[in-house]
Amino acid sequence: MIRVTLPHHLRTLARVDGEVRLELQAPPTVTSVLDALEESYPVLCGTIRDHQTAERRDFIRFFACGQDLSCEPADDPLPADVASGKEPFRVVGAMAGG
Amino acid sequence: MSKVRLLVGTRKGAFVLTADGTRADWDVRGPFFTGWEIYHLNASPAEPDRIYASQTSGWFGQVVQRSDDGGETWEPVGNEFAYEGVAGTHQWYDGTQHPWEFARVWHFEPSPTDPDTVYAGAEDAALFKSTDGGQTWKELAGLRTHTTGEQWQPGAGGLCLHTILIHPENQDRMTVAISAAGTFRTDDGGETWQPINKGLRSRELPDEEREVGHCVHRLAMNTSQPDTLFMQKHWHVMRSDDAGDSWQKVSGNLPSDFGFPIAVHANEPETVYVVPIKSDSEHVPPDGKLRVYRSRTGGNEWEPLTSGLPQEHCYVNILRDSMAVDNLDPCGVYFGTTGGQVYASADAGDTWTAVVRDLPPVLSVEAQVLA
Repeated sequence: MIRVTLPHHLRTLARVDGEVRLELQAPPTVTSVLDALEESYPVLCGTIRDHQTAERRDFIRFFACGQDLSCEPADDPLPADVASGKEPFRVVGAMAGG
Repeated sequence: MSKVRLLVGTRKGAFVLTADGTRADWDVRGPFFTGWEIYHLNASPAEPDRIYASQTSGWFGQVVQRSDDGGETWEPVGNEFAYEGVAGTHQWYDGTQHPWEFARVWHFEPSPTDPDTVYAGAEDAALFKSTDGGQTWKELAGLRTHTTGEQWQPGAGGLCLHTILIHPENQDRMTVAISAAGTFRTDDGGETWQPINKGLRSRELPDEEREVGHCVHRLAMNTSQPDTLFMQKHWHVMRSDDAGDSWQKVSGNLPSDFGFPIAVHANEPETVYVVPIKSDSEHVPPDGKLRVYRSRTGGNEWEPLTSGLPQEHCYVNILRDSMAVDNLDPCGVYFGTTGGQVYASADAGDTWTAVVRDLPPVLSVEAQVLA
């Protein structure tokens, strides 16, 4: 079970409170987590990554276990503590705008 | 008695304002989608409680919301706007070629007759169509792939398709406007397009007869006289009496003919409204006075309408999609400002009242009359 935290606006859009919990095959990656997230919450398609290219949107960041994973290869395995559910995978709206 | 509903898009959410036919007392609901930019809301003339809303964010991209109960509840629908084929390039600010990139929907134009058909005007400029109530979108690519497309250059607000006019009797005829490419018309439902910019003059453009490259800010049409179009261009107020084939300047005695919105009285096709702004480099009302100008002669002769509007220390702007009319008698006229006011006139512009004063900057206003 993977725990995912979303920024306020995406929680509102997806109509969820708190963390999202996803079941997916090991080892989880950024791609597999986002695939599962979008399958469970289709309204999030296009809001985190581009519809066509699947590239992360410019002002979205991915954090886990104190690391910034935003620019890491999206198909690399996520840290073990994320895979075990001990730590959440965090989707964050970048601090931007002044 | 009839009821009037205003759909107001702002930088930080959507608002729905309602009043009875006297238009004296207004109920304000919202914000909906708080914190998101709502570029435009527009309702289906065929099913007035169906409303489409363009919800956008620099962080999270484009979302489309639809209400089927007049704005009480909303459901997200499709938000995938894919350019057909190889997207290609258009001209960038520095004259180089730049890839076409979807940014947001500026304007929705629902079909006059089919509540499931709606058009979306996008940045970077393209026209999309949905025939399933917004669930899926298909580009009418003949516009973007017009032979002049590589010459289109964004205005300061982006390369946006902001105006969509559907001919009331022949829906295969549509007219759109793009900043800063110009005006285009299709007569075959969007398959093919022609630029219709003859007569436009854009000062520094060395080629006065240039087919595209004109910064059209807004078009307006009265559906009883659909071949007559009015235009607020970057500078100049223009009219066409041949569906856009040729344009004549009708700025007349306006204190400035720079501005963004333009609207036509719903029941008098020769009565036109604009809001002059001092210049393209200042974007404030001349002399700090907020004045709507009305022409009852289809242009050239304009009168200032000031009653109820601030006549000192006013430095707001009125954006291109922020003026609307209703079709009651007398005609209601409405506009929103970048200062967050929404002004209403229930007497065709003679007197004005601020319905609400402290909204976020207003991006768009649409008016509906409900039975």
